Amino acid sequence: MNTPCLVEMHGISKRFPGVKANDSVDLRLFAGEIHCLLGENGSGKSTLMTILSGLYKPDAGQLFIHGAPVTFHSPRDAIRAGIGMVHQHFKLVETFTVAQNIVLGDRKLSFVPNMDQVESALADLSRRYKLAIDPKARVWQLSVGERQRVEIVKMLYRGCETLILDEPTAVLTPQETRELFSILREMADQGKAIVVITHKLREVMEIADRVTVLRKGHKVAEYTRGSFSEAQLARAMVGKEIISRIRRQPSNAGEEVLRLEKVAAFNDSGGRLESVSLSVREGEIFGIAGVAGNGQRELAEVISGLRRISQGSIYINGVDMTGSSIRQRISAGISYVPEDRLGTGLVPGLGIVENVILKGYHTPAYSLGPFLKRRDALSKSMELVSKFNIFASSLESPVSMLSGGNLQKLLLAREFSSDPKLIVAVYPVRGLDIGATDAVHRLIIEEKEKGAAVLLISEDLDEVLKLSDRIGVLYEGRLAGPVNREDTDIEELGLMMMGASGEVASGGIGSC
Amino acid sequence: MALEAVKPGRITIEKDFSPSPFMQILVPLIAVILALAICGLFLLLSGQDPFAAYSKMFFGVIGTSYGMTETILKAIPLMLAGLGLGLAFRMRLWNIGGEGQLHMGAFAATGVALFMPDYPIWVVLPLMFLAACFAGGVWALLCAVPRAYLGVNETITTLMLNYVAIFWVDYLVYGPWKDPEGFNFPLTATFSESATLPALAGSRIHFGLIIGLIMAVILYVVIYKTRWGYEIRVIGESEPAARYAGMNIRRQIILVMFVSGALCGLAGMSEVSGLVHRLRPGFSPGYGYTAIIVAWLANLNPLATVVVAVLFGALETGGYIIQTSGISANLVSVIQGTLLFFVLGGEILVRYRIRLAKPAVSAGEDSA
Repeated sequence: MNTPCLVEMHGISKRFPGVKANDSVDLRLFAGEIHCLLGENGSGKSTLMTILSGLYKPDAGQLFIHGAPVTFHSPRDAIRAGIGMVHQHFKLVETFTVAQNIVLGDRKLSFVPNMDQVESALADLSRRYKLAIDPKARVWQLSVGERQRVEIVKMLYRGCETLILDEPTAVLTPQETRELFSILREMADQGKAIVVITHKLREVMEIADRVTVLRKGHKVAEYTRGSFSEAQLARAMVGKEIISRIRRQPSNAGEEVLRLEKVAAFNDSGGRLESVSLSVREGEIFGIAGVAGNGQRELAEVISGLRRISQGSIYINGVDMTGSSIRQRISAGISYVPEDRLGTGLVPGLGIVENVILKGYHTPAYSLGPFLKRRDALSKSMELVSKFNIFASSLESPVSMLSGGNLQKLLLAREFSSDPKLIVAVYPVRGLDIGATDAVHRLIIEEKEKGAAVLLISEDLDEVLKLSDRIGVLYEGRLAGPVNREDTDIEELGLMMMGASGEVASGGIGSC
Repeated sequence: MALEAVKPGRITIEKDFSPSPFMQILVPLIAVILALAICGLFLLLSGQDPFAAYSKMFFGVIGTSYGMTETILKAIPLMLAGLGLGLAFRMRLWNIGGEGQLHMGAFAATGVALFMPDYPIWVVLPLMFLAACFAGGVWALLCAVPRAYLGVNETITTLMLNYVAIFWVDYLVYGPWKDPEGFNFPLTATFSESATLPALAGSRIHFGLIIGLIMAVILYVVIYKTRWGYEIRVIGESEPAARYAGMNIRRQIILVMFVSGALCGLAGMSEVSGLVHRLRPGFSPGYGYTAIIVAWLANLNPLATVVVAVLFGALETGGYIIQTSGISANLVSVIQGTLLFFVLGGEILVRYRIRLAKPAVSAGEDSA
């Protein structure tokens, strides 16, 4: 490569309690390229970029910008050196305008800033990189995709030559993703270096000029466009051959298990679930897609009884359970895999045994009069640990010491061992590595085959499409669909995620 | 752009996920020694010989039957109140109202004693027991109910009700319940024989000790072996998980606070019925507050609470003993505070580990 090396990271190491997040990692970034940083959760890719953006200091190693060694003491130093990072969670003041947000913290600004000048500079940037943005708009009015563009423009305005984006597509619909990618390409063509942190192979295949793969803090591979395949990337990322043996079985749907009729509910910040109707039958997986924060959590809580509804009714196996308590629903066979595994689904400070009995401690299986049947709980725990391949050093030490995959397996073990009629699973594989993801998917499909009705809430369209028999989309508290898996594709779901009704079957989605 | 080498030898603190049992014993031990050393320094600065003071305290407590008896007598209310408060703390209910609940328990027990002087002991004592539990429990409920239904902060309400309870007892002994034959001293009449907790084997130590030990065992079994205790532990660890499992958190707040207050009330009853034999102002030198420290130092474990209560009883007794050499008994409060400080600080050392980072590679050597 002849273009000048913009950034070089040499032998970077960083330790955190108990883990070596980066172990002498080398990385070089060139002007004009889109560089993907690929790795599973916990492989150290975010740490590496956080070091480059000046937030962390490396324990060892050296940074070079334009060939000169540098040390960053704060993100301000990094920005001065031309490196900007767009974090997964945007750092914007909602009540300020776009222009105000962009100049926030800019020390060159005069005491009474000339906003007209700022705004015209922004308009220039927006034209130059084909980034549609209105400098006068207030941030709270903007969609997630637009907010992300504001963050990008902010970095451009500060003169960044290297732009790092941390999992930028996690919050976007497929269409917004495509738009983002074309913006990134435009910026690269004009001489910027772009780093995209991701764990999605499809994205790497789509945009990467070069890709660096990290695994457990080590750099394991580096490829240039054209020299890698999806399978190669997967192997590098996981370290072994992963053949997903998951194939969707045709649905063999039986009796209706769950029915929601025009359910409405408020959430904590005042948003709501509006007139949601759906039905899930035995032996079927009903997928709920949609960008997180559009009512997914509320929907799950309404069904499990953790959240009260303001309108509508809920039927389980034909019985009206609208006003039933959480415990009544548990004994009716509802099993709930919550988004927050550790803290809601599992008690962090208690051991495996005491987490196994969390839902059944009051039943004759685990208690006799006022006393707990400790021996029965222990033998059940041992049985589940071996059956679900949970790796734990002890059954008594706090479960907060288990890894994410083992936590989720423990949670599923408890939930599925009660032979549930209905499973509500929210983001069941979030943060899990490929191996654990596969295991969780297999378990869910097993339950479906045993005749359980499954409501799968996910933000990953690939996951929804892989597992579901029917799919609905939540957008601003309303449910669009459902559509049959066979009759839909990623394109249509993407449109539904943005509120377009598409060929929506049932009512419920109105104007937008 | 600054060219600068990373500074060598930084200190980092990291979480230790598996503290060894050895550390768990060693660290509190060192904490106690450090606390004594700091207070010794304090003594030295005020012109006293710390070794003389400590040895006088130690041998005064261990070496004399007076010291031993006093130690146990002081341990009894600390034990009962510490057990009660520890139960509430386990559910993250910050019941700071032990002192008030203890006063209300003493008040209710005294009421039974004063107005039923002629009944047999097997009627009066059980009634006093129940009345004290009930009064302490209800006093705690005054804070538990608003907490459960309206989210009112129980730390503040329990604390404020302490003053109300103390003044209520003062009012009674200065006013309506003053002993008519007491030469106008603010005291109630002495309890009858049937309102007095029996003494153990000819000593001054009374039956309250047995009550305390029984309660400790019962609580231990309840917390670790029963459904109710399991619920308390789950709620204390994670309220969302408890809700998720369908537990009734409101009911538990009310129940646990009632039991917590009842145990503190029992501490009050055992004081007036076992030791003072009447109600008088200031009968408790802040047992309800000291019990907070006792409960925490025992790590909220009921059996450990008994041990810590005895240690604190010894400390208090030692304070009285060294007064004869002209050292203020308030020294004991200083030692208690310092102890808590070091033991809680030591907790962090058990759970975290300090690591000296290796010097990072400097720019000069590396930029070839």
